Amino acid sequence: MPQQNENKSLPGTGLRLKVGLAEMLKGGVIMDVMSVEQALIAEEAGAASVMALERVPAMIRAEGGVARMAKPSLIKQIMTAVNIPVMAKARIGHFAEAQILQEIGVDFIDESEVLTPADETHHIDKHAFTTPFVCGARNLGEALRRIAEGAAMIRTKGEAGTGDVVHAVQHMRQIIKEMRALTVLSEQELYAAAKEHQAPYELVRMVAASGKLPVPNFSAGGIATPADAALMMQLGAEAIFVGSGIFMKERATPLDVENDPAERAEAVSRAKAIVIATTHYNDPKILAEVSEQVTGTMKGLAAAAIEESQLLQTRGW
Amino acid sequence: MHVDPPKPHIGVLAIQGDYAAHARALAECGAIPVEVRKREELRGLDGLIIPGGESSTMLKFLERRDLFDDLKQFCQSSPVFGTCAGAILLAREVRNPPQASLGVLDAVIERNAYGRQIDSSILFSETKLPGDKLEMVFIRAPRIVETGPSVEVLAHRDGRPTLVRQGKLMAATFHPELTPDDRRVHQSFVDLVNSGLRKKMKAS
Repeated sequence: MPQQNENKSLPGTGLRLKVGLAEMLKGGVIMDVMSVEQALIAEEAGAASVMALERVPAMIRAEGGVARMAKPSLIKQIMTAVNIPVMAKARIGHFAEAQILQEIGVDFIDESEVLTPADETHHIDKHAFTTPFVCGARNLGEALRRIAEGAAMIRTKGEAGTGDVVHAVQHMRQIIKEMRALTVLSEQELYAAAKEHQAPYELVRMVAASGKLPVPNFSAGGIATPADAALMMQLGAEAIFVGSGIFMKERATPLDVENDPAERAEAVSRAKAIVIATTHYNDPKILAEVSEQVTGTMKGLAAAAIEESQLLQTRGW
Repeated sequence: MHVDPPKPHIGVLAIQGDYAAHARALAECGAIPVEVRKREELRGLDGLIIPGGESSTMLKFLERRDLFDDLKQFCQSSPVFGTCAGAILLAREVRNPPQASLGVLDAVIERNAYGRQIDSSILFSETKLPGDKLEMVFIRAPRIVETGPSVEVLAHRDGRPTLVRQGKLMAATFHPELTPDDRRVHQSFVDLVNSGLRKKMKAS
């Protein structure tokens, strides 16, 4: 079996392969799943990838406690069950969790603010890994710092587990606005811009030249409906992460997809509709049609009502 | 007076995947790329690319959005090029696991045949296309395990075909759209489309 790590067969190709997988996920939906059954529903609905985790952000928020990497046994079961790529989350700075996830063979690692951070100064050195990483960002500087550390995909953070899209919108608009601003600066002004964004000059220069991030830019954090997905795509997101929006009903209660056919049908209807909305994000007629097919929506939590100290998006440095 | 022939309009199936990278490659090779999400958007196209992405995601969309039959018809009559997931959709038979396909390319293909993302790789192959060795970017790639007599092999990996042509169809198990400094594969597809157009013009 030629199962040795062929990524390393050609030096310098690692980042291209990492970004390559991110390219393949564009226009798709990555769904949070907590069980094999949910993963199968996500795949059947047309998810481009699933994120295996033990508790979705809405539950982490409601239940509190330390949120860690999911159990390897759960992740492996999900990897066996579905044929689409499987992602899993590691805590910010927790490179040992990331090593374990790479060893298991997950296809993408999310160094995520949704879990309790393990390091309040350093993020994971993502260049040290063969497995690609996605990281959250609220603004251009944060995105470029993560890319400098080796992230192959950026996602706006939004405010996970709320079902409130307001911060996903804010973060996407912020990043797009800051990129556009760079494109009109002179060469000399870029040095100061790099200082302001606290980001490496070379990356700032790349963004100024191209007007976009050097890696795919996806959206996450509070996306709960087909309309939310279409909104983020129209604002410039290249794909959509849906966390609690598909399998949750109340804040900390998931739909019972295993025993209750009605609740299972509800999850399926939400998942399918968000997938179609992400492809047809620019077609209001189809968006209306798929929005009509959805039964129920997660109750959600207005992000404005959350105390500053309870926000997940402020994690990350 | 010399007049340039009109540029061909080549669709890129834009359900999901790296369709934007294909559109860039087509534009660089002298074609006009057109994103296709609905069956009416297939009308009037001179050719089509089915990009990389997740084949099961694309297949479900084709079936649910009533696009499957029209796309199959298009593949039977017009030039079509599938990369990775696109190659899987074109094949006669899909394994690991079995799934439905358009069935127009006389080949059997295995999904995720080399392993997971960690086994993705960039390799080089001798090629029947003009020029030097061809760079091949494999991402969670499939493998063509059988081909019919009408299928011509243009590049390979470990003795298995990675780039094939069968009449107006082309398929690659790798991602030529991710090698921006070498457009030979896309160019050969655009040439295929153009030669079809010339024949059509002569006939009319």
